[in-house]
Amino acid sequence: MRPVAIIGVGMTPVGEHWDKSVRMLGAEAVQLALADAHLDAVDALYLGNSYGTTFSSQSHLGALVADYAGLGNIEAYAIEAGDASGGAALRTGYLAVASGAVNFAMVVGAEKSSDAIGSSRVEGRNVSLDADFESIHGATLPALAAMIMRRYMYEYGVDLSAFEGFSINAHANGKRNPLAMYRNIIKAGAFAKAPFVSDPVNLFDGAPDADGAAAVILAPLEWAMDRVSQPIKIGGSGVSTDTLAVHDRKDPLYLKAVALSAQKALLQAGKTREEIDFLELHDAFTILTTLSLEALGYADRGAGYRLTDKIGLTGELPICTFGGLKSRGNPTGATGVYQAVEATLQLRGQANENQVSNAKSALIQNLGGLATTAITHVLETI
Amino acid sequence: MNEMTQAEIRHERFAFSGTGTVYSYTTVQDAPESFTEQSPYVLAMIQLDEGVMLTAQITDLGDESLAIGDRVEMVTRKLTTEGAKGMIVYGYKFRKMLPRTE
Repeated sequence: MRPVAIIGVGMTPVGEHWDKSVRMLGAEAVQLALADAHLDAVDALYLGNSYGTTFSSQSHLGALVADYAGLGNIEAYAIEAGDASGGAALRTGYLAVASGAVNFAMVVGAEKSSDAIGSSRVEGRNVSLDADFESIHGATLPALAAMIMRRYMYEYGVDLSAFEGFSINAHANGKRNPLAMYRNIIKAGAFAKAPFVSDPVNLFDGAPDADGAAAVILAPLEWAMDRVSQPIKIGGSGVSTDTLAVHDRKDPLYLKAVALSAQKALLQAGKTREEIDFLELHDAFTILTTLSLEALGYADRGAGYRLTDKIGLTGELPICTFGGLKSRGNPTGATGVYQAVEATLQLRGQANENQVSNAKSALIQNLGGLATTAITHVLETI
Repeated sequence: MNEMTQAEIRHERFAFSGTGTVYSYTTVQDAPESFTEQSPYVLAMIQLDEGVMLTAQITDLGDESLAIGDRVEMVTRKLTTEGAKGMIVYGYKFRKMLPRTE
């Protein structure tokens, strides 16, 4: 396995792109990444997408986007792992380049959530749950998150306002990000009064579905050094899975896949969690952020929400530095690639108003379902 | 028979008592298309007395409230319909346990 680096990045604004299809969004991100890397061709394209079949009646997105972006007759296909599809595409691209089979790999995440609206979008998104044992009973991802959150509040004696710091932080960071979907700030005290989606999960808790596409170009580290001034090394890459149905877990309040995938990625990178300068977490719900921080070992069980005063851009452990899923938006299958682009900009020192000072290593984690799939990458400066 | 064709996942049949305890619950306000006519509805994770957990709706609740730890029992109900003229899907839901006479 040879070391791999990110040599180019690109991303579209996140939001509702009524005038663009998934192929147009994907191709736009590809063009931006090519320009950033000063390249005009790649050897392969791996595309993360979660709901093209149910939102847009379109699968076969690898070939579609490769063709529309003018990449010719290259190797191209889509990867699906629920909302972790973007992270899975990054992992696939990493393996292809590390193995020596591919030299320049384009990793794209693209999603067009607004092709489905209202209850049909909820239905379309439900394909990533357990159809026979969850969806058939009317379960949704917010409902499953809500049940875990209620149980957490019950077991640890925590009230709803304990979680508000995560949403306040996401929006404070998203306000500085011109590409974010919702750039409003959330004021202290407003969180616990927001209308319920599935109690106790409310509108200020769950991340909004969005349209968007992001892309990163991977190359062997050895070649990257000569091509770009600031290649970013993929130091570690780890994937773990858990039961699809949340009720099948021995302890539903412990995200085992989160812990295991991070251990693999950190071990490969030769780093401890204390050496990580900032995190891009999958903050689809505040309870997911809370339980992720606990599973990653940054907080004891039942104490993850207490970290909210340390997570700002100038704090000890900055998280979701461009707004995370909550404020930047959650373009589902593209989210894992957005995280990689944002972390790369941080490590290059190009994050503008969102810059974390002296950032040298990042841990990015993309989840599918309620952490049924967890994909962790450690990125670092050379 | 060729060994390659003999692989199977072995299942053991087990009859549950159908009674359990509410592990957690929520009221779904934002339902998927095939459940909008039932919305809002109460969904729960239920720990059966034999130890396993499952996800199901709580039915027959009326104006009563639900709490973690409440005792519930299984009933057979319509879950959803596969489109306006489609099959009716029956399955399990749970209700608060009725008083026992014995």
